[in-house]
Amino acid sequence: MAVPKTNPGESERSQSRREGGPPGPKKQFFRRRKVCKFCEEKIDLIDYKDARLVGGFISERGKILPRRLTGTCSIHQRSLSLAIKRARNIALLPFSTGG
Amino acid sequence: MRNYEIIFILRPDVTEEDVDKLIAQMEGVVVGTGGKLEKVEKLGRRRLAYRVRKQREGLYVLFRLQGSGDTVKEFERRLKVIDTVIKYLSVRIDEDLERAEKFKALRAKQESKKRRSKPPAAPSTQTTMEIPQG
Repeated sequence: MAVPKTNPGESERSQSRREGGPPGPKKQFFRRRKVCKFCEEKIDLIDYKDARLVGGFISERGKILPRRLTGTCSIHQRSLSLAIKRARNIALLPFSTGG
Repeated sequence: MRNYEIIFILRPDVTEEDVDKLIAQMEGVVVGTGGKLEKVEKLGRRRLAYRVRKQREGLYVLFRLQGSGDTVKEFERRLKVIDTVIKYLSVRIDEDLERAEKFKALRAKQESKKRRSKPPAAPSTQTTMEIPQG
């Protein structure tokens, strides 16, 4: 997944900065506007059995990716995390990988 | 009556025949305890994300049913006894389904509201590129 890696401080700063505001450090790269995938595609029910969909929201090590990286909205992140946990339980997704 | 979804994994070396036999047996459990079957599906052979009882693959079977907690309890008890079942998960789904319905209705409402307040602009006659066939 193409997710720009930023430290949390920086992403907060860039969000609070508006046009015409005090000049801050110049943005180094173009950041894609993140939108919630589930809102976009109108997925009401996040199915834990759909490993390909849900598996896109875990890191290489099998951790659930934070909202700040994926752009998922709060409502969907909550049901997504539940779906990931269910998928893990039935061996569709790993609890951890590597290491 | 509540809706449940029970998914279980069988050892990969179980024959198709035995799978069908087991499914028939579990269907009997559901009906026998006053439940109602909605859907039974063989999801097929899949690689497991981690090893379960020394297996790397498994046959997934999905049951969707309506019933009381007793149905699920008995279902789970039977799954525990059968030793070709290596893992199972039962999930109550009626609340999730309701929530999804609600979202759907809400969105339909919003959409119709949007359309009423702001009539859609003249339908843009799409200029599609015509690809010469040949």
